[in-house]
Amino acid sequence: MSEASNHGASKMYGMVIDLDKCTGCGACMVACMAENNVPFKEDESDKLKSITWLRLYKLNNGKPFPDVQICYLPRPCMHCGGEGNHGHSPCVSVCPATATDYDLETGIVSQIYTRCFGCRYCMAACPYHARYFNWWDPVWPEGMERYLNPNVSVRMRGVVEKCSFCYHRYQIAKNNAYNNGSREVLEHEYQTACTQACPAGSITFGDLNNPKHEVYKLKQNKNAFRLLEKLKTNPKVYYISKLEWVRKLGDNYRS
Amino acid sequence: MDSLDRAFIPSGAKRCSLFQFTSFISVIGIVFLWGVYAMLLIWIKGLNQTNMNDAYGFALWIWADLAVIALGGGAFFTGLLRYVIGKDELKNIINYAVIIGFICYSSALLILAIDIGQPLRGWFIFWHANVHSMLTEVAFCLSCYFIVLTIEYLPLIFENPQIDKIPFYHKLSHNMHDVMAIFAATGAFLSFFHQGSLGGVSGVMYGRPFAYREGIFIWPWTFFLFTWSAAACGPCFTIALTKLIEKITKKKLVKDNVIDLLAKISGWMLASYTIAKIIDTIYWVYSTLPPQGHKFMDFYSNNSFYGLWILILEVVIGGAVPAFILVSEKLRCNKSYLTIAVILAIIGVSVNRWVMVVQALAIPVLPFESWTFYIPSWQEVATTILPVAYGVILIALSYRYLPIFPQEKELNN
Amino acid sequence: MFPFVFEWVWDMPHMVFMGALWYALSIIGLGMTYCIVKSVIDVSKKETDNHH
Repeated sequence: MSEASNHGASKMYGMVIDLDKCTGCGACMVACMAENNVPFKEDESDKLKSITWLRLYKLNNGKPFPDVQICYLPRPCMHCGGEGNHGHSPCVSVCPATATDYDLETGIVSQIYTRCFGCRYCMAACPYHARYFNWWDPVWPEGMERYLNPNVSVRMRGVVEKCSFCYHRYQIAKNNAYNNGSREVLEHEYQTACTQACPAGSITFGDLNNPKHEVYKLKQNKNAFRLLEKLKTNPKVYYISKLEWVRKLGDNYRS
Repeated sequence: MDSLDRAFIPSGAKRCSLFQFTSFISVIGIVFLWGVYAMLLIWIKGLNQTNMNDAYGFALWIWADLAVIALGGGAFFTGLLRYVIGKDELKNIINYAVIIGFICYSSALLILAIDIGQPLRGWFIFWHANVHSMLTEVAFCLSCYFIVLTIEYLPLIFENPQIDKIPFYHKLSHNMHDVMAIFAATGAFLSFFHQGSLGGVSGVMYGRPFAYREGIFIWPWTFFLFTWSAAACGPCFTIALTKLIEKITKKKLVKDNVIDLLAKISGWMLASYTIAKIIDTIYWVYSTLPPQGHKFMDFYSNNSFYGLWILILEVVIGGAVPAFILVSEKLRCNKSYLTIAVILAIIGVSVNRWVMVVQALAIPVLPFESWTFYIPSWQEVATTILPVAYGVILIALSYRYLPIFPQEKELNN
Repeated sequence: MFPFVFEWVWDMPHMVFMGALWYALSIIGLGMTYCIVKSVIDVSKKETDNHH
C-alpha cells in the first residue's frame, strides 16, 4: 500500500447516488463501458459472465400489485477502505500478487491488469460482486477499435477488472492542475463518466473529506446509507432514498 | 523384456506379470490422457472452457486443491510422529504416506497452475508477494513442502535394486535417511502453516459472513481447524489407500499393529477436532453472525441444495461417527468398522473443504441477490480426475519397482 | 520475495514472513548440500580404500 502523500490532506473520493432520482435508464452503464473500454460478447445472455463495472440492480418491495414499488440501484465498485479507512479492503488484503492496491492519497482501489494473474481470490472476497473476470480475450466489432479510449488500457483474458472511479480522469485532471499552477484538483475537474452521463443528476461524485464538495453534504443526509454497512467494509459509495424498504434492503437490517 | 523388468523389481518381492501390469497402466493411461487433453484445452483456450463465472470465482478446482492437501496431510503428520515424536512402528507405513503426500501435493500444484487465468504469470505470487495474503502463504509453504516431500521420496527411489548398485546413490540414500528428522521437522513446520493458511483463505474473507471467522492475532479460527482436520484425516486417507492396495495386490503389506496405532492417533485427533469444530460453529452462530446482520438459517434455507443436511454430513457423519469408531479399540480392530470410519472421515474433511469455498460463494450476501449454483464443465471434471489417474500410475510404478513396504517380505513368505 | 522488488518494505510482516521462508529454504538447501557432499566424500573414500 502506498504511503499517504505529504502534499495537503488526503482525499477520499466517493459517490452519493440518489435512488429516488434514478430512472433506471442505464446511461451510466453505457457511459462506463464506452469510457473504460469494457469488452462485450456477441451473446450476452449469461449475465454471470458479462462485465459490467457499473451494474444496475432492479429492486422491489416484494409486495403484490398494486402495492409493488420498484427502485433501480446502480452499483459501481465501492472502493472500500476497511475499518478505520486504513486500506484493509476485502479484496486488497487478499490479493497474493499485490495486483490491487488501496491508494491512501485518493481512497481509490486500483487494479493492475498486467500484475494480476487471475487467481480470482479478490472476487471471492468481494461481497458486492463488483469484480469481473475476463473469461475471453476482448473482441471488438470491426472498426470499433478506432473508437476505444486511448487513456484506458484494454484488458487481456485471464485477469480481473473493476470500476476504477475513472482514475485516468483523475490523472489527467491532476496533470492539468499542475500545469495551470493550481495546487488542487477542483470538484468539476475530476468527475466520473457515469456521473456526467446520468440525465437525472442522480449520481454525485467528489471528495468525501472536502466540505466544499457536494458529496460531503449529501452523505450526511438522514436518508443516506451504504450497502452492507454491517460488514465493516467501509464503502465510499453512499445511497439516498426516502423509501424505508430501500434503505432496509441495502443492508441486512434485522432489528 | 521380462528379464529387464525383473531386474528392477526389489529382490524377494512377488509382482504380477509385465503384461498384466502394462495393461493396467494402459487403461489408467487413457483416463490420464483425457485429463491432459482437457488441461491443454484450458491452457490454450482459457478459463472460458470451465463453467465458472463471476459469482463462482472459486469452484471445483479449489475444492479439489483443498481436499487433496488435507488428505495429503497424512505425510506430514505421520512424518512428525515417526521422526520427531519417535513412534518407531510407523516406519512401516511412512514410505507409502510420503508417496501419497507427494502425489497429493504435486496434484495440488498442477491444479493451481490450471486454475489461474494467466498461467505464465504464476510466478508473480512469489516475486510480487503480498505478505498479508493467505494465498501467498499457501503458495510459499506448499512449494517448499513439495520440495521436502521430493526429498523424502528420493531415497526410496534410490533403493530400487538397479539404482542402488550405483555407489553414489546408495550412499546418498543412506545419508538422506540420517538427516531425515530435520527434513521431517521442517516439513511439519511448513505444513502447519500452509494447511492453516488454506483455512485462512476463507476465514479472512470478512465480506463473506458464511466463511468469515474471528480468531487470534492474524489467524482466523479456520486456520487452526484446517491444520487440525488435515492431521486427523490425512492418516485416515493413508490407511484407506493401504487397505485398497492390499485388496488390489491380494497381499498383506502392513501389520495390523501399525495400522491400529495410526488409526488410534487419528481417532483422538478427529474427536478433538470435531469438538473444536462444534465449539467454533456455536461461537460463530451466536457471536460472530448477529453483528453482521445474519442468521444461521440464512445459509441453509431458501435454496434447492444447501440445507442442514450438509452440516450434519460434515460434523456428525464425517466427524463424530468416525471419531467414535476410531477411538474405541474394540470397534477399530474390526476391519469393516475401520474401513467405514476412514471413509467417513475422508468424506467429512472433503465436505468441510467444499462448504468453506463453494457453499460460501453460493450464498447471497447482498440482501437483494439470490443463491447461485454451478455445475462443472467436463473439462473441469477431467482435469480433476487427471491427478487421480496420475496418482494411480505413480503408486503402481512405485509399488512394482520400489521397496515401499518394509514388512511385505515377512508377511508374504 | 527479494528486497530489490519495488513493493518490498522493511516492516515486521515482511521480516517475519520472508524470514521464516528463507530460514526453511536454508535448512532444506543446507541439508541437501550436506547429504550430497558427504556422499561424494564417502564414495571417493571407498574408491581410495579399494585402490590400497
